[in-house]
Amino acid sequence: MPVLSYFGRFAFLAALAVPAVLVLPRAAAAVPAKAQKVAIDNFAFAPQVIMVAPGTTVTWTNDDEDPHTVTATDKSFHSAAIDTDESYSFTFTRPGEYAYFCSLHPHMTGKVIVKG
Amino acid sequence: MDHNHDHPHESPLNRRSLLTRCAGWAGTAAIYNMAGGIVSSISLEAALAAGKPAARTKSFTFVQISDTHIGFDKAANSNVHATAVQAVERIKAMPVKPDLILHTGDITHLSKDDQFDDARQILSGLDVPIFYVPGEHDFLDEGQGKTFLSHYGRGTHGLGWYSFDHDGVHFVALNNVAALKPAGMAHLGDDQIAWLKKDLAGVPSSAPVVVFAHIPLWTVYEAWGWGTDDAGQALALLRRFGSVTILNGHIHQVLHKMEGNVSFHSARSTAYPQPAPGAAPSPGPLKVPAEQLPSMLGIRTANFVHGNGPIALIDASFA
Repeated sequence: MPVLSYFGRFAFLAALAVPAVLVLPRAAAAVPAKAQKVAIDNFAFAPQVIMVAPGTTVTWTNDDEDPHTVTATDKSFHSAAIDTDESYSFTFTRPGEYAYFCSLHPHMTGKVIVKG
Repeated sequence: MDHNHDHPHESPLNRRSLLTRCAGWAGTAAIYNMAGGIVSSISLEAALAAGKPAARTKSFTFVQISDTHIGFDKAANSNVHATAVQAVERIKAMPVKPDLILHTGDITHLSKDDQFDDARQILSGLDVPIFYVPGEHDFLDEGQGKTFLSHYGRGTHGLGWYSFDHDGVHFVALNNVAALKPAGMAHLGDDQIAWLKKDLAGVPSSAPVVVFAHIPLWTVYEAWGWGTDDAGQALALLRRFGSVTILNGHIHQVLHKMEGNVSFHSARSTAYPQPAPGAAPSPGPLKVPAEQLPSMLGIRTANFVHGNGPIALIDASFA
């Protein structure tokens, strides 16, 4: 995937140019799994775009009275219907940009950027 | 398949005319014939052997219900079961029994089997054939529509589209909720449009056509996805007909639009209202004072008058 190779190259260049930077993700990998929350409120994902480290578990919680879904544009992950106050979690292990939308209300879109 | 023949029709429901276009009837409520409380089905072969459909010989009435959202239990209406029952009572109280009922989708709220069962139970109180199209809430299961199709899809084409004739009127049921795309609107898809082209090819331009689908086939409000991105291709196929009536649900409010010989009509929900396009930050369920709710829920009656007159629609609220 072009996106992955971009980040792969980025990591490679970063490793060559600034070795100290490479230490940080390694250190991050050693700490307990990271978590990030995304609210679904008023037919919108908030925050709409998040940047997380690999291994981060993202949890979406629906604050609306209508059900929503979290569906990857490339279908690599998708939730069932998330009803009011329900949540859905997905752990992102590989760097990349993951665009997603609500398959019920496709005007609702969001993105998870996983950067190692 | 030519459907203009002058066989006598049966009253109140001409089953032959409902069935002969062969497209999809077997998967709809039309195959169910209530006799003494026992539901029985008739085969396609038997229906075709019964002869070709009659030309339109009488006026008739049908009903549109929409967005029953069985399973919804939030503040906007904590008892959607009761309001669906209210719709049934209204239909039973009609002075003229409708020949058929169209349900324009969002039968259930979360596509669950028990919700489909509850809907069927409520609507079985009507001894009238009911024809369904799915809403996006009916395509929410893990199988992305499998549950809906297991209940209503038998004999339909693709993901649940079909057509039938009744008293010279050609009815087309479309599914525009199966392929919603990010940041986009509803979508019919090439397969369905190709089927529609084939289906309409045998229908004379003089035949009135009724198309029903869940999401509007005209762009009501793009920012909320209230439209169908490839509806233009379907409308191009419908242009040659003298009278085209397009019925939808989804937006839980009455809206009308005329475009030449094509008229578009959005119906009320029986469950809860939604805001007018752009009138709120989101299209979510609209909470109104309890005493106001019945005026925002309702059903639609359609009267077809023999001759060239337009279809007469009456939107009646529960108030």
